[in-house]
Amino acid sequence: MSDVAIRMEHVYKKFRKGEVYNSLRDLLPALTGRMFQQQELSKSDWREFWALQDLSFEVKQGECLGIIGRNGAGKSTALKILSRIMKPTRGHMVVHGRLSALIEVTAGFHQDLTGRENIFLNGTILGMSKSEIESKLDQIIAFSGIEEFIDTPVKRYSSGMFARLGFSVAAHVDPDVLIVDEVLSVGDSLFQQKCIERMREVLRSGAAVLFVSHNMKTIAEFCDRCLLLEKGRTVTIGSPQEVISTYMQSPANRQATADNTMPVRITSVKVRDEHGECIHFRSGQRAWIDVELTAHARSGRTSVTFYILDNKFTNVFDISTERLGHEAVELQEGDKYRCTFEVTLNLADGTFHPSVVLYRYDIQTVSDRWEPAATIYVSAKDGVRGIANCFPQVVRQEICKASDSDAVWISSSLTSQGQRG
Amino acid sequence: MKEALQELYKYRGLLYMIAYRDIKVRYKQSIMGFLWAVLMPVLIVLSGVVVRFAYAMAAHAPLNMSDIAGVAVKSLPWAFLVSTIRFACLSLINNKELVTKIYFPKEIFPIAAMLASLFDLLVASGALVIFLVLLHTGWSSYLVWAPLLLLAIVLLAVGVGMIVAAASLYFRDVKFLVEVFLTFGIFFTPVFYDVSMFGDKGKWLLLNPVSPILDGFGACIAKQQAPNLPWLAYSLACSLLTLVGGYFFFKHLEPGFAESI
Repeated sequence: MSDVAIRMEHVYKKFRKGEVYNSLRDLLPALTGRMFQQQELSKSDWREFWALQDLSFEVKQGECLGIIGRNGAGKSTALKILSRIMKPTRGHMVVHGRLSALIEVTAGFHQDLTGRENIFLNGTILGMSKSEIESKLDQIIAFSGIEEFIDTPVKRYSSGMFARLGFSVAAHVDPDVLIVDEVLSVGDSLFQQKCIERMREVLRSGAAVLFVSHNMKTIAEFCDRCLLLEKGRTVTIGSPQEVISTYMQSPANRQATADNTMPVRITSVKVRDEHGECIHFRSGQRAWIDVELTAHARSGRTSVTFYILDNKFTNVFDISTERLGHEAVELQEGDKYRCTFEVTLNLADGTFHPSVVLYRYDIQTVSDRWEPAATIYVSAKDGVRGIANCFPQVVRQEICKASDSDAVWISSSLTSQGQRG
Repeated sequence: MKEALQELYKYRGLLYMIAYRDIKVRYKQSIMGFLWAVLMPVLIVLSGVVVRFAYAMAAHAPLNMSDIAGVAVKSLPWAFLVSTIRFACLSLINNKELVTKIYFPKEIFPIAAMLASLFDLLVASGALVIFLVLLHTGWSSYLVWAPLLLLAIVLLAVGVGMIVAAASLYFRDVKFLVEVFLTFGIFFTPVFYDVSMFGDKGKWLLLNPVSPILDGFGACIAKQQAPNLPWLAYSLACSLLTLVGGYFFFKHLEPGFAESI
């Protein structure tokens, strides 16, 4: 089927910032004040800004569109307009069929009700009929993995259990359009895997999926197309790989904190293996990072810090030329400087963002920052999860059989393998 | 307009579910359960007894049992009205998560507040019947007016509920204002007293659209009389007008709820 499931046409959304009267106590004096002073509401009181400008896209049935962008780019606003929680200021939007949003899966929960009661409540809120919920009740409970606590009030749940139950209900709505926003960041990795599988199923059933995430790896794996938003405008829409690399290299992304008046700027960062520039690495492989700086004016003592962010933008590794025992450099106008870091990527399977920041010791400020400077994909064998790869092995495995009267420890065959390795 | 009502009908399952949730939570949180529903009417009846006793003392007349029955009968719909408006007023603010995260017709909240209060009314009515039997209050065919009176007060409650729910979302102090009105409203409404006590001036009291309804309840249940029909028609018209006006007010503001809450 190639029918259009979602169509957004030139959607604009304006928000008002600044002073808003949210009580009669404030409003009435302001109104009378205006009446007597003939004063118009000053422009600063109603500062407006466009959260979305001219957003247009289509998603076909069975297609997954990813939306990426920095915080405040308008992603959430776009989703809220799609799920009809907010009205666009201008423009037109059509959604065909039942829409289900995994924006806030526990929104409908009531703390004092039990898990089972909340399934019915939340299911109804998400658009399921009572009979539909009854027929799926066992599935929902099994999927959440909290059978034994299902008749306990949810206020006694851990946050993980809470989120899992919420997702289970939301995942069992059979939607024509599914909106997912960052929910994959909840729950343990096994549960996240379940969620991904469920999203695949939904996609296979012919529904359209709209997926918002900061996790570029999942976006790249999951989406057929990807949309990059920046300050409410569409930068580009196309294949995930191209859009992600545009996003990663966009100046706004790199110089988030850089001040244009700073005399030293980063001019290039290259990540390479022994053969040249590279984005795919094996866990444990060596990598080299070439950093080049240019001084636009005389600068004081500057050091280069290299750090690696994981896919949730957590700093997992951080080192600087200064800490490695190298003098901070002083540059004159027009000078260039190059340095190369050598690192061993003892990282687990996943997406990582090598980043570089320049720090001026003399004036204690950040001079320039590329975050991220690149994106690399690390693949680890042996199913290592987490962030670091500690190169694990099982080197000993023994069994003591209860039936054995001598109670002897017997090595299993794995032991010899481990010792060989 | 027609589409909006069709949509509301489509979401009726959710309406019942939210009302069911409100009832369940209310009865779960208080160990009193059933007592919760009768607490407020009982307090009103007790206050009424004190007031009636004062009248009797002042007039050097004995305390009349049928007057107590009248207070009891009128206190229930009054408690229903107060409880609906109070819960409706907070219904959007207290469900902030749902208002900002999920789409559905939001008038479900004030209507559910009414349904939950209606359930309380039903429970309390059971207690009232026992009370009236103990007071040897008779019954008559005039009871057929009761459903119409109930309809009038339900329409009024939902109408006012929608207005205060939407207004309190935009202005934080509306809920205090509403509380003040609900507290002192009982003095301007014939719960403790009868309109007939005021003679000719009673018609000024009947201008309050709640008055003819409560007066009607008192007449058809406690006094075995017909309600004052012209004034009841006036109340019904006011209720309908409030409902329609409240609905349009609510629907007009609804698109801004998620941004303004």
